[in-house]
Amino acid sequence: MRSKIVLFIVALVVWLGFTWPPDLSHLLVGILVAIFVAYMTGDMFITRPHHLIHPLRYFWLFVYIPVFIWECFKANLDVVYRVIHPDVPINPGIVKVKTKLKSDTGITFLANSITLTPGTLSVDVDQDNGYLYIHWIHVFNEDVEGATKDIVRRFEYILERIFE
Amino acid sequence: MIDTIGIIFIGLGIFFDLFGCLGLIRFPDLYNRLQASTKCVTFGTGSILFGTFLIVGFTAAGIKALFTIIFIVLTAPVSAHALSKSAHMSGIPLWQESVCDKLEDENRYKKNDQ
Repeated sequence: MRSKIVLFIVALVVWLGFTWPPDLSHLLVGILVAIFVAYMTGDMFITRPHHLIHPLRYFWLFVYIPVFIWECFKANLDVVYRVIHPDVPINPGIVKVKTKLKSDTGITFLANSITLTPGTLSVDVDQDNGYLYIHWIHVFNEDVEGATKDIVRRFEYILERIFE
Repeated sequence: MIDTIGIIFIGLGIFFDLFGCLGLIRFPDLYNRLQASTKCVTFGTGSILFGTFLIVGFTAAGIKALFTIIFIVLTAPVSAHALSKSAHMSGIPLWQESVCDKLEDENRYKKNDQ
């Protein structure tokens, strides 16, 4: 039930954003649509609603956003360097890394962050054993420990505090 | 003043989008091309939309631009992940000078087929 209420609020906010500026007819139609969406798919939205109450998780989310944007900017400069260099300096391969995160949301955000950060692209997830398979554009470490230290550590510390 | 900052963001976005497209041509195989296109197109398009938001402000177009940034950041890595995983499952090889392929070594999908 709480999952449905959260989805109702999120759907209504997105609807109001897309029909900005708000007026009464848009608001009424939006409430009807949000009730329908929340009734049909509400149970799938979040599995642990009690996690939304902790203020400390929001604090870590606000720490995560600037870190993420900075890493994303570095990733773009990295791609530009490799593209304009005459020899295309790449040394690619697929490596295996280990993660401590267990929840669906945590692993999803970790894989997305890895995809948007310098030189890495997540290819496959083995959720049961906590392994991720990463395509790395310039491989420095082939073994699991070294690759984990280079790729996963910078996000895992923050994401563990947001989603676990 | 705010218009100038918006135009700087739009110019930065076009610059990164251009190099993402050049990466599509210059990199040798699917996985490297996917890296270039995903990173540059996500950040470049997000930057263009943010510049648009700075110029037009909290109007109908500006709010839509902000929501579109969130959707692109959430969906572009997922589609790249789906493309690379399905390409690997259907047997598209890595570039011949690649260093290692731990996913191929473990043979996860071929066991499931038998």
